[in-house]
Amino acid sequence: MSENRPRSTPAPAAAPPAEALLEIVDLTLRLPGAARPVLDSVSLTVAPGEVVALVGESGSGKSTTAKAALGLFPAGAVASGSVRFDGTEVLGLTGERLRAHRADGVALVHQDPRAALNPVRRVGDFLVERGAGRAEAVELLASVGLPDPQRRVRQRPHEMSGGMLQRVVIAGALAARPRLLLADEATSALDVTTQADILALLRTLRAEHGLGLLFITHDLHLAAAYSDRVYVMYAGRVVESRTASALFTAPAHPYTRGLLTCSPTLGDTLTPLRPIPGRPPSLSDTFPGCPFVERCAEAEPTCETWSPRPVPLPDGGAAACAFVNAEPGLSPVFTAVGNRPAGRDRWAQTQADGADADEVNHA
Amino acid sequence: MTAILNEATAPASAPALAAVRARRPLGVLVAGTLLALVVIAAACAPLLAPYAPDTIDLSSSLVGTGRDHLLGTDSSGQDLLSRALYGARSSLVAPLALLAVAGVLGVSLGVLAAWRGGWVDVLVSRLTDVMYAFPGLLFTVLIIAVFGAGMTTSVLALGLAFTPTVAKYTRSLALSEARKPYVDAYRVQGMGGLRICATHVVPNLARAILGYLVVLFGEALMSLATLSYLGFGAQPPSSDWGLMVQEGQAAIVQGAMLPALVPGTAIALVVVCFNVVGVWAADRLGRQ
Amino acid sequence: MALRLALRVGRRITGVLATLLAASFVIFAAVYAAPGDPAVFLAGGRDKLTPERLAQVRAEYHLDEPLFVQYGRWLWDCVHLDLGRSFKYSDQVADLVAARFPTTLQLVLYATVLFVVLGVGAGILAAVKRSTWVDSAVVGVTTLAASVPSFVAAIALVSFFGVRLGWFPVTGSGTGFLDTVRHLTLPALSLALGALALVSRVTRQAMVDAAASDHVEAARASGVPERDIVRRHVLRNALGPIVTMCGLVMAGMLAGTVVVETAFGLSGIGSLLVGAINTHDFPVAQAVLLLMVTGYIVVTTLVDAVHPLLDPRVEGAAR
Repeated sequence: MSENRPRSTPAPAAAPPAEALLEIVDLTLRLPGAARPVLDSVSLTVAPGEVVALVGESGSGKSTTAKAALGLFPAGAVASGSVRFDGTEVLGLTGERLRAHRADGVALVHQDPRAALNPVRRVGDFLVERGAGRAEAVELLASVGLPDPQRRVRQRPHEMSGGMLQRVVIAGALAARPRLLLADEATSALDVTTQADILALLRTLRAEHGLGLLFITHDLHLAAAYSDRVYVMYAGRVVESRTASALFTAPAHPYTRGLLTCSPTLGDTLTPLRPIPGRPPSLSDTFPGCPFVERCAEAEPTCETWSPRPVPLPDGGAAACAFVNAEPGLSPVFTAVGNRPAGRDRWAQTQADGADADEVNHA
Repeated sequence: MTAILNEATAPASAPALAAVRARRPLGVLVAGTLLALVVIAAACAPLLAPYAPDTIDLSSSLVGTGRDHLLGTDSSGQDLLSRALYGARSSLVAPLALLAVAGVLGVSLGVLAAWRGGWVDVLVSRLTDVMYAFPGLLFTVLIIAVFGAGMTTSVLALGLAFTPTVAKYTRSLALSEARKPYVDAYRVQGMGGLRICATHVVPNLARAILGYLVVLFGEALMSLATLSYLGFGAQPPSSDWGLMVQEGQAAIVQGAMLPALVPGTAIALVVVCFNVVGVWAADRLGRQ
Repeated sequence: MALRLALRVGRRITGVLATLLAASFVIFAAVYAAPGDPAVFLAGGRDKLTPERLAQVRAEYHLDEPLFVQYGRWLWDCVHLDLGRSFKYSDQVADLVAARFPTTLQLVLYATVLFVVLGVGAGILAAVKRSTWVDSAVVGVTTLAASVPSFVAAIALVSFFGVRLGWFPVTGSGTGFLDTVRHLTLPALSLALGALALVSRVTRQAMVDAAASDHVEAARASGVPERDIVRRHVLRNALGPIVTMCGLVMAGMLAGTVVVETAFGLSGIGSLLVGAINTHDFPVAQAVLLLMVTGYIVVTTLVDAVHPLLDPRVEGAAR
């Protein structure tokens, strides 16, 4: 970002409404053979009617987090912490109760609709299997904007386009009348205009049905524009959780800033794109300190050993960085964002007046 | 901590796999020991057998197990143990001869097809296709219908019937072998194709082909025993196992099961053991 | 599209006819591979051979004409169901075969029902209980069954269920439906046992592959009951390879009847073939072989043709 965009209005409270629909607390997931946890102390909430985005590179754990809400884990995974949906602990569910949870409360919209639909079965069968009646199936297809739903219910997936199939998958997700919709890269496989249609559709449906929507994407711009709150994940951890506007105007974590500056912005051809150096970490990488340290332009020697934890921000959000200023009095510090020179700057240090990392940690 | 295993998508856990691998050598050991015993028994049949295999004694027809006849006798009073011991010889040697025929023909055709390519390859493939159009034993049965029954005819006919399989397998191996750089190097030195194949390509494939033939042994034994049972293979007074089953079958209705069951069990036992050892051996031969 | 479909069907039929021609030529020309005079061979050997009989055979098989003309005439006759005369039964071969074919057909169909139910069932069980003792037991037992030749299985079954327990008759093919089933149970079982290993292994593998699809996980994530997932997603999508394998095994069983009919004294075309060879009745052997090979080729082709119906993706790709 090149321009200085000072915050004009006070940041809204980033804390979710009290009666959270989905509440994940300190979820840690270990896989046999992996050097580090797939998920490390992930906490996240979604309230009814709220759109929450989960952003990260592939392998950051965003899909795994979303699937945890369904009680769906990779084979051999060992989970600790808590995943509560509507007050029920999902981690303890087994057998019929787990199945009922997946069938009723939460629905997942898969990334690739062509892979999510059984190629040899009819679209109508797919909807009926997910709890719709035969007549209802036609209505559902109409409600997700599919023309000629009477004919569509008798078609098979290979007779339809990717955008149409994604509408079918969304209709299937709605068939069970869920209260929380998980959209796992639901639009990434579609072309841009279809993408916009589907996004608009999801928003309408959320409003009509009062759904909570957990929106998983690798596109931070899209996330910030589309949702109420954003969680940014890196290496199985939540590195920043903010309201969408706060995140976009004043990202607190260096990784978030990296994500914002490495993708092009409309109408801005002057600012050079700055890719985040290095590669996303794999499951065989372990980190004694901050996992982002090797790719971070602002890393200090202390980062090598600082074990990340969410540091509350003055606007109610949190960021897991040693150099985030936690002192409420020193806000707003974010106006400095756009002025940083390219390269290795000392943003947190200068703004926080040399605040000691250890002090920050106590906050 | 809650351990959550995703039902039905869980792959074999590491300990389970290890257990399977650990159990296999035991099975191979048992099967191998049994086979060795059968081979030794067949080789030492004259020493071990209490009677000559063709001693007819009508006074002790269809005797059950007892001190005189450990496994009883058949309807002509011949000692079943002695017959089974002698029968092991033809029952074990004939499949070897069959595989030798199929091996020589199949390897030659397979290498030829892979080496020459073009119309030769097409011709060999079409020939094997026509043979595949005959299900199971029918090709063999046709040859026997023309040339008459007998062990030699059966071995040759089954050898021909097994040839396409061996040729197909060899061809796939030889295709990749012929593309290796050393082949070109020998060609540049002026070595002829036949010589390169005979002195390098075939020896290099020998282990894998041998492994494949070992796996086929059980099927070869079963097929030969079946032909003998139908009266197409071994002819009386041979005590080939397949023929013994045929001869003993009439006594079953009279309540004497041993004449058919003794050779029948011998066939099943040897085939099972050979399949266990064969898969293991092919695995080892193919890997190196 | 209709044109393309017609082309595809046409090409397939041409392929089948070419294979049939090649196979029938091999069966016909085998006469000339026999040592000695083909006329003597066709007449069943020199025993009791009169010059009149020999002349009759020469005329009937047009042995004085060129090989391909003879083949053409023979094939023409075969297509018109004129399969020559049996010298042993002194009867039309076609009548002999027609009288015995129903028994063979019943036997093959019964055996098919058995191996499909038992083999596919065992495969489903092994796939659902993958990596458990059930899985190992299925693989172990079916592999063991495949190592037992069908005639050994036949005498073992006869000894135990037929003679010792007396549950089933040990010979004959019975009359009426229930009696036929009772008579054919042991033969069909001996025929089916060897196929169980192959069929259950293919079923298991096809289901394991199908279970790895994303749509199966998607269905599971939507709380579709496990039973429905197995039936409507895993098994349904695995049907292609399973049906193909079952068809191939069924086709191969035509040849298997040669052994089993002999073992159980059933008078079908399998035992007819064995009898014909043992009595040097070559025209009968030729006819049965031709029928079995034709049946094999037709069944395998039909199986191939059914595949697109089971998997709309294949159909879609072919369009």
